[in-house]
Amino acid sequence: MKALLVGEYREGKLLESSYELIGFAQTLGAEFELFLVGSTDQLPQVDGKLHLADVAAAGEFNPALHKQLVLDAAQKAGADTIVFLHSSYGWDLAPRVALALNAAQVSEVVEAAADGYLLPACNSKLRRTVKATTDRSVVTLQVGAFMAAEPGGTPQVEELSVAAGGNTEFGGYEQAEAGEVDLGKAEVIVSAGRGVGKPENVAMIEALAKALGGEYGASRPVVDAGWVPHDRQVGTTGQVVSPKLYVACGISGAIQHLAGMKKSEFVLAINTDKDAPIAEIADVLVVADIKQFAPALTAKLVG
Amino acid sequence: MNILVCIKQVPDMESRFKVDAAGTWFEESDLAWRINEYDEFAIEQAVQLKEQLGDADLTVLSIGPARLKEALKKALAMGCDRAVHVVDAAAHEKDPFQIASSIAAFAKDKSFDVIFTGMQSQDRGSGQVAVLVGELLSIPSLTTAVEFALEGDTISVRRELEGGLKAVVKAKVPALVSCQLGLNTPRYPTLPNIMKAKRKELLEVPVADLLTEEARLETVSLAYPEKKGSALVLEGEVGDLVEKVIGILKEKTAVL
Ligand SMILES: Cc1cc2nc3c(=O)[nH]c(=O)nc-3n(C[C@H](O)[C@H](O)[C@H](O)COP(=O)(O)OP(=O)(O)OC[C@H]3O[C@@H](n4cnc5c(N)ncnc54)[C@H](O)[C@@H]3O)c2cc1C
Repeated sequence: MKALLVGEYREGKLLESSYELIGFAQTLGAEFELFLVGSTDQLPQVDGKLHLADVAAAGEFNPALHKQLVLDAAQKAGADTIVFLHSSYGWDLAPRVALALNAAQVSEVVEAAADGYLLPACNSKLRRTVKATTDRSVVTLQVGAFMAAEPGGTPQVEELSVAAGGNTEFGGYEQAEAGEVDLGKAEVIVSAGRGVGKPENVAMIEALAKALGGEYGASRPVVDAGWVPHDRQVGTTGQVVSPKLYVACGISGAIQHLAGMKKSEFVLAINTDKDAPIAEIADVLVVADIKQFAPALTAKLVG
Repeated sequence: MNILVCIKQVPDMESRFKVDAAGTWFEESDLAWRINEYDEFAIEQAVQLKEQLGDADLTVLSIGPARLKEALKKALAMGCDRAVHVVDAAAHEKDPFQIASSIAAFAKDKSFDVIFTGMQSQDRGSGQVAVLVGELLSIPSLTTAVEFALEGDTISVRRELEGGLKAVVKAKVPALVSCQLGLNTPRYPTLPNIMKAKRKELLEVPVADLLTEEARLETVSLAYPEKKGSALVLEGEVGDLVEKVIGILKEKTAVL
């Protein structure tokens, strides 16, 4: 395998997750070169060739142009495998590159096996093993699935020339508004998932959090529905937390939620579904209806 | 204005899945089917856009076996004008490139101004079809939208990035938009609209009329993940469960 690793750069910084791409290549023992739309003062620390396009010219968001730059780099590197992270940058760009190369794309790889790549299916309840039937392929890696390589080394930079182009316009970033609570500081977090059923039931999660001396949080659908404010959302598009105790109430355990709480010291999950993927990282799974269990536990704790 | 929304029908994720005899997919009997969650946001946004414009025409398309008529009927009841059922009993064997190629083949001479899709499906989650359709039709794709607006001929979208960050991105129509959770609040079809939907056009197109491409991916196998976790599973009566949990929290954590 000759891989081209597509690093990520945002708001003037190289993203740490880029080192997971290197970790992947090292795990496979693959020869690799890097690609980055970035700048010379934020280079990844790694030995090897880096195809660098100047972000001042290429912009942080311009998928049509970035596609062309990746294709240029892939050709120079003679790459047969183009590797992205399965991130907002990667899942947007990868299919564009794949189509231009007439290559198959394998999305959200969690493991490389002898007979193909392993991918999650049905909220991680199943695993698919998939392989490309094309000569070249494009791969996106589930964030966190491959151990990041230790930074170390100096890349040999090859500047890519950037022509004007693109069919989209970038109007800047918007940061989420700061809220009332910093979940990162809480020692106990009790989170409400869609399994709580209705907005009125969030109160029983809040009550349990209080009884345990902690804060309440939520999974994304509960926040999207407006039952709980966004600053309490746990996950990749919310907060990353690591409390002493995390209680997941009616939360299935989607990878984007797990990414936000898997470093918790102790995880208690309450779910009616014994097969819920949250069991993968929970210490205890209580198979029960949260609407009965939460008030009963709260009553016992305060009573 | 001409609008297309592409949807998929997926099994309920709370189901107990059984790997099929071929060992490459799950058994479809005994599963409850619904519209892919991401696509519900796509339908809602398409309907809202039609309402905003007044004189727009909205087509909903889905590829799959007979069971997905139910999903198409719901989309019609939510406000789509017509449904296109691309009939393919073996849709689950097609790869994202083939699905996207079929959609693009349908769309190419229909001059859609805006195409909506979900950002990914809940069952396979490859997140490729949206962008591939855009690329095959040579129109810009704006992915992972959590806010959408159309003013004049310009689409403006908030793209969701990681950790609560969003990017403001724009493109001129024709363009494709892939929808992320929380983009809007999908409506429930009302009874009168369900009745009205029964009289709406539901077109069937055999997949062979659209698909000429070979698959680029091969599914080697489907299996249960290796259990990495060792969660202690507690079942029983709520009172007993509470006692047990308190005991465990006292023993294993410093919070009680
Ligand atoms: C790019 C991207 C970013 C995302 N970011 C995030 C994020 O930051 N945070 C996040 O949480 N999600 C995020 N998601 C969404 C994520 O994929 C899941 O959709 C979401 O986490 C599901 O939330 P849930 O577990 O509450 O709901 P569901 O998956 O619907 O699960 C509900 C659970 O409740 C159980 N249940 C039902 N009734 C009861 C009952 N009475 N008692 C007990 N249990 C019950 C069910 O068995 C089920 O396991 C993101 C998705 C994408 C694509």
